[in-house]
Amino acid sequence: MALLEVKDLRTSFRTEDGIVKAVDGVTFSVEKGQTLGIVGESGSGKSVTCLTIMGLNSRKSAISSGEALWKGKNLLTAKPSELRGIRGDEMSMIFQDPMTSLNPVHTIGKQLVEAVQLHRDVTTRVARARALELLKAVGIPKAQERIDDYPHQFSGGMRQRVMIAMALINDPDLLIADEPTTALDVTTQAQILALMKRLQEEFGSAIIMITHDLGVVAETADEVIVMYAAEVVEQANVNDLFNRPQHPYTWGLMGSLPRLEIDTDRLVQIPGQPPSLLRPPKGCRFHPRCPYVMNVCRTEDPPLVPSERDPAHLQACHLDQDTKDREATKLIEVTMAGAG
Amino acid sequence: MFRYLVRRILWAILLFLIITFVTFVIFFMAPNDPARAQCGGEQARRACLVLVTEKLGLDKPVTTQYAVFINKLLPITPYYDDAWHVVPHFQQPTLGTQYATGASLDDTIKQAAPVTASLVFGGAVLWMIIGLSVGIFSALRPRSLIDRAAMVFVLIGVSAHPVWIGLIFSYFFGVKWHIFPIANYANFFGAPADSGLPGGPAQWAYHMILPWLTFAILFAALYVRMIRANVMETLGEDYVRTARAKGAPEKRVLFSHVLRNALLPVVTMLGMDIAVGLGGAIFTEGVYQLPGLGRTIIVSLQAEDLATIQAVVVFATISILVFNLIVDLLYAWVDPRIRLS
Repeated sequence: MALLEVKDLRTSFRTEDGIVKAVDGVTFSVEKGQTLGIVGESGSGKSVTCLTIMGLNSRKSAISSGEALWKGKNLLTAKPSELRGIRGDEMSMIFQDPMTSLNPVHTIGKQLVEAVQLHRDVTTRVARARALELLKAVGIPKAQERIDDYPHQFSGGMRQRVMIAMALINDPDLLIADEPTTALDVTTQAQILALMKRLQEEFGSAIIMITHDLGVVAETADEVIVMYAAEVVEQANVNDLFNRPQHPYTWGLMGSLPRLEIDTDRLVQIPGQPPSLLRPPKGCRFHPRCPYVMNVCRTEDPPLVPSERDPAHLQACHLDQDTKDREATKLIEVTMAGAG
Repeated sequence: MFRYLVRRILWAILLFLIITFVTFVIFFMAPNDPARAQCGGEQARRACLVLVTEKLGLDKPVTTQYAVFINKLLPITPYYDDAWHVVPHFQQPTLGTQYATGASLDDTIKQAAPVTASLVFGGAVLWMIIGLSVGIFSALRPRSLIDRAAMVFVLIGVSAHPVWIGLIFSYFFGVKWHIFPIANYANFFGAPADSGLPGGPAQWAYHMILPWLTFAILFAALYVRMIRANVMETLGEDYVRTARAKGAPEKRVLFSHVLRNALLPVVTMLGMDIAVGLGGAIFTEGVYQLPGLGRTIIVSLQAEDLATIQAVVVFATISILVFNLIVDLLYAWVDPRIRLS
């Protein structure tokens, strides 16, 4: 049995302008110890997917349906108290902005101890020892002295390390990382990613890595989901995705990666804007921006189905297989030529 | 922390000097002759005027008069002995005497200050109770019936003047229904034995209920609105989501993570508003005939009694400065970002 199985997950938000479908029929599963990458632009629904699984959406405005089976138990219908027991213990989450994710009026030691004591009936002294152990594990220098410092005394990268320590302190089975490196500078990004990789081996947790950065995915993920406008457009093993991308949106993402080797004045981008989720376009949601658009794309939403070449590689595009193969090969050749 | 303390105290002293000097100069320039007041007003004799002017030092420059005034306020002053050595001189600080009667202004303040303190601090407790309970509840249930009712209360509270509220309360609770007394003050520690006045804590609170309500409504309304906004904003903070992601129950999220942060600015506001409230106390004391500082000021203004007004102003200044100092220190204590920077 998969650790987490998400089936046809849908989340909408009531807003003053109408109902926004932020997640529209997402299905995936995470195995024990595996890393799943979820890639997509801002507003594509990747964060909301995970917040829904964690039960962290605003209760008043969010409506969810579908299933999120955690070890066989549906989290969407679980009681709040059950969900609280799982959150932070079996399943934990780290967030995009470490500068604002820690409570400014409590010492980090207190916040870590709280995370332990919410789930374990241990003395503060035991919890503190555990906190110290984790701070050392995430590489906080002089952890012994710094445990009683306040968040504002730490840099962004160090705060994200503290967040990771807090997420891992109860040895969770799944860690959801919502753009954990987006707010950090490039060298710190690399350190944090390396740290997460090392800790994953140490703790054996599965990870859901939400990111808009294909580089992060390539470095960390085993399996990748590409989301566009609240839907999954492609899902594959990380090697397959990078070697044989099947969806024009994925091509656009890969084509727009800036390359050091190619001398150019302009960055490549996907033309147009992501659609409004209040009134998503008819047919394929990517068709207004797709250079390969056909008539059928404007009327029929392509289902997420296995590609003709590889049943494990899911994609949602009306293009015929030959065109996809040709375009993918072209893209890879350009990339390779650049790299070579 | 120590350096922070020293810096705040030095600021307070500087502010005190500036404010008292400005007050002093204003009264110096007022077209009113204290000597004439002491010599019996319009019928004053010339010999008396000359004598009193010299005794009070009214012929000296304003800076000298100010220095003398400040000197009398200090519990310890430098003093030169016969050999011109500086020796410390201990004295009883005093605000001086009333020109017309020679009555001690220290006694005036001593009698009036507890009344105003009762009104202002009791009122502050009341407005904090209302502000916290209604504000937090409204923030947790926005757009609910209670929230809407609270917003109507806020609108009325910030729009209605204390004098009007006081009159309405007096009319209904006092004149019409005979529930609460509408005038006078009962001493908390008991009235003088043969005065026949009410005294003791119960009578004190009984006499203060309407003044407290009248005084507190404006601030209660402002605090409901402020606390509601702060709590709602804090509820959306990332660290609140982090607390929930840790598996913290809602009650813990609210008390340990939301309120601790949302109420930080309230601590500062409370300090400033108690000072502002001293000004508002004038109206409430007027309506309920409480013999506090506000009423003392009104009476002295009508009698052109400059010395008393000046004493009240100086006393209020010192109180506000000391109070703000306490609030600053309290704030540093609750907010680590200030304490450690």
